[in-house]
Amino acid sequence: MSLDSPALAPNRGCRDTPVLKERGQREVFCGLTGIIWLHRKMQDAFFLVVGSRTCAHLLQSAAGVMIFAEPRFGTAILEEKDLAGLADANTELDREVARLLTRRPDIKQLFLVGSCPSEVIKLDLARAAERLSGLHAPHVRVYNYSGSGIETTFTQGEDACLAAMVPTLASTTARELLVVGALPDVVEDQCLSLLAQLGIGPVRMLPARRAADLPAVGPETVFALVQPFLGDTHAALIRRGARHLPAAFPFGEEGTTLWLWAVAQEFGISRDHFDAVTAAPRARAAKAVAAHAATLNGKSVFFFPDSQLEIPLARFLARECGMTPLEVGTPFLHAAITGPDLDLLPEGPVISEGQDVDRQLDRQHAAAPDLTVCGLGLANPLEAQGHTTKWAIELVFTPVHFYEQAGDLAALFSRPLRRKALLSKGVAA
Amino acid sequence: MKLTLWTYEGPPHVGAMRVATGMTGLHYVLHAPQGDTYADLLFTMIERRNHRPPVTYTTFQARDLGADTANLFKDAARDAYARFKPQAMIVGASCTAELIQDDPGGLAGALDLPCPVIPLDLPSYQRKENFGADETFHQLCRALSKPMPRTDSITCNILGATALGFRHRDDVAEVTKLLGLMGITVNVAAPLGSTPADIVRMGQAHFNVLLYPETGEGAARCLEKTCGQPYTKVVPLGVGATRDFLHEVASLTGLSPKVDESALRLPWWSASVDSTYLTGKRVFLFGDATHVIAAARIAATEIGFEVVGMGCYNREFARPMRAAAKAYGLEALITDDYLEVEDAIAAAAPELILGTQQERHIGKRLGIPCAVISSPVHVQDFPARYSPQMGFEGANVIFDTWIHPLVMGLEEHLLTMFREDFEFHSDAGPSHHGGKADLREVPDEAPLASVAGGALPPGFAAPRDISEQMKPEATAPLLGEPVWLAAAERELKKIPFFVRGKAKRNTEGYAREKGVAEISVETLYEAKAHYAR
Repeated sequence: MSLDSPALAPNRGCRDTPVLKERGQREVFCGLTGIIWLHRKMQDAFFLVVGSRTCAHLLQSAAGVMIFAEPRFGTAILEEKDLAGLADANTELDREVARLLTRRPDIKQLFLVGSCPSEVIKLDLARAAERLSGLHAPHVRVYNYSGSGIETTFTQGEDACLAAMVPTLASTTARELLVVGALPDVVEDQCLSLLAQLGIGPVRMLPARRAADLPAVGPETVFALVQPFLGDTHAALIRRGARHLPAAFPFGEEGTTLWLWAVAQEFGISRDHFDAVTAAPRARAAKAVAAHAATLNGKSVFFFPDSQLEIPLARFLARECGMTPLEVGTPFLHAAITGPDLDLLPEGPVISEGQDVDRQLDRQHAAAPDLTVCGLGLANPLEAQGHTTKWAIELVFTPVHFYEQAGDLAALFSRPLRRKALLSKGVAA
Repeated sequence: MKLTLWTYEGPPHVGAMRVATGMTGLHYVLHAPQGDTYADLLFTMIERRNHRPPVTYTTFQARDLGADTANLFKDAARDAYARFKPQAMIVGASCTAELIQDDPGGLAGALDLPCPVIPLDLPSYQRKENFGADETFHQLCRALSKPMPRTDSITCNILGATALGFRHRDDVAEVTKLLGLMGITVNVAAPLGSTPADIVRMGQAHFNVLLYPETGEGAARCLEKTCGQPYTKVVPLGVGATRDFLHEVASLTGLSPKVDESALRLPWWSASVDSTYLTGKRVFLFGDATHVIAAARIAATEIGFEVVGMGCYNREFARPMRAAAKAYGLEALITDDYLEVEDAIAAAAPELILGTQQERHIGKRLGIPCAVISSPVHVQDFPARYSPQMGFEGANVIFDTWIHPLVMGLEEHLLTMFREDFEFHSDAGPSHHGGKADLREVPDEAPLASVAGGALPPGFAAPRDISEQMKPEATAPLLGEPVWLAAAERELKKIPFFVRGKAKRNTEGYAREKGVAEISVETLYEAKAHYAR
């Protein structure tokens, strides 16, 4: 692989591939789901959804056993009387928030999260957030964003949340690197350690673990995204004068190297020093991936849209594991953000944006892929029809970024294939 | 607005999905925004269904709001019919679509589809999941079933079993078997396992068996009115209730209620001397009203527990719940707030909790054993093995399930005998509770002085001791509250953990009553004698 000229790779990539845009029934989560990992990442934040019983039930179903661990999220369920008169709703909200903050005095950041019902009745949560910020200042800062299904799909909830924080960040003229996107703590530490060894700094994270560690932003800030679904946050940071470092996403050995190299070049790091720092972890990652590539090599894969991670993951599976993507579905395609990954993704697959789930299932049946990456509503039904599936949500909830997780990432895809082989042996015996 | 972390029930359209998913040949077109499809995974994951729920969502987005959403609904309904060719369709709105006020019934009617289309009106901001299921099934029966000549042999319908119901699959099988022993065949079991065509021919049965009032009562009443079919009022949960149920069926049919009970083992298991230690064990019950009312009867009269608290989360059944609780001298707890349930459990200090998935976690927090008797439940309570709750095999299953989490008889005696043993002390808990055993350090010299202040030395830290949670004020004694002397506090620790909370409460109550300011070892034993039964 060549670091300097990915565009000169032997194939033409998918940057100019026409995109199949579809509208119809979508089998996806709404943005509220982002709360489930964001509340773990931001340790002094509480996420208060203003919505219906459906929203509460969704969070409870998606959070699984986490719901029993006194989570820092909840739903203010709208009742009949809230719908009757809107003035009342603001008083109600103020009261519920005051009660909540009394019960949890450790909360420093409160997010009022909009839902479909609150958006449809045009409950002005932005003004409510301002008012409540004033009421509870300086102890608590109140933000607002929408995680509604009518506006956001799954991981876009994180985008909406981070984008809402950007305008409130302090200003700075310092030249700093901002790494944007919530990562599991262990991965975040690996990322910071690699950047430190390269001699890049100071490095700030968005989101930060605590309100006190929130980064500042300004014209000298450069930022790199570690998640592909951060379109609005990207735009908000540019509005604050920060500059984006486009790069492939840090999945697999190649993705991580390209991502780090994009940052290293910006900070004038020499190739020799870069190679010296990355050689050992690159070798480890390549070795760990190779163990699973044996299972994955030559197999075809079909992605249903879910998290916007699909394009970089398809790139990883195609280039490092030898798989053939047949269709790569994504809920949204930000060409400016996933461009470097599209350049590397070998020509061939259908790139689809949006969804008409029944039609997409027809295509999946016709394509008969070796592995189908899809949501939990589709996985068991497809397995029952003889397809092998990898449920996609795990790719968001599991540490998969950077070198040390490259093997784990490949394992997530090889495991269902290995399992299928094991079980069929058992039946035959 | 009401701040909610955990809900016992989903929104009403999830109830409608439970009816649709339980059936075949029925399709549900749901006017709902993107994201509401999350409910699919309750069926594909928790219940492990091997097909997608028969639900088409319109998944409208922000840009569709306005006149567009009505067309979106019409297209979705038309496409769903073309693709799935159902025998009948139900149409309705989720909470958000309810606000935008398209009329799914009217819109679908205008399409003139070649199958019956039944509109559902499910008020999302007032009602919940069970109502949604009951109302959907009711509307199906109202629209499709009609009076018919009775079958020649005696047949019945079984009403109320749905997808995602707690043990519905096996309960239907067990009750079918039970009715078979009396010589009755099942005409239609619905909604679970039926088709719209089956609903049409429900009128030919002689009577209806209402298995789950929560999800089938509306239909039972409707069929009583339109088809003249009586329905059973006793739910066959437990030995006594099953026998009463058979008598009720006998009175409806004129058949003999005497059936083969050779596979029924609960009565003997419960009578055997190994079960003597179960006598008077304090049990707290929470769940849906039907399961809790039945469980209370089993607990009190078939296993010999003492029911110390009972309640339900479904307000619709508050009245029968209150009446049932009164029979045990209790005030029923009617709430859908799990924090209230937790408080009530802590106050009652039971030795066993019978409840839902949430009570299982409350039990874990408080260190009290728990068994699950009602929805909502997680994936482990949709087991692969045959495990009904109803009928005679259900009684066997219930005996095993409830007794298993308790400290078994011999173990309990040994715990009492060797309660100060360093590796077999009460805080280590019974081995099958999970969690690693907590080996007690033997302190070089016990710093007894600090015990009096309420702070325990680390070696005595008692993770399973629930008394602190139960009486948070105990650490900071109020003026006038009796104070525990160090020796008494030590003596209290020797009492097995599962009765310690009760002993502490009783002693403090006794001390207050007698105006004793300091609780000594003597006070402890005087209280014990005072409360002896």
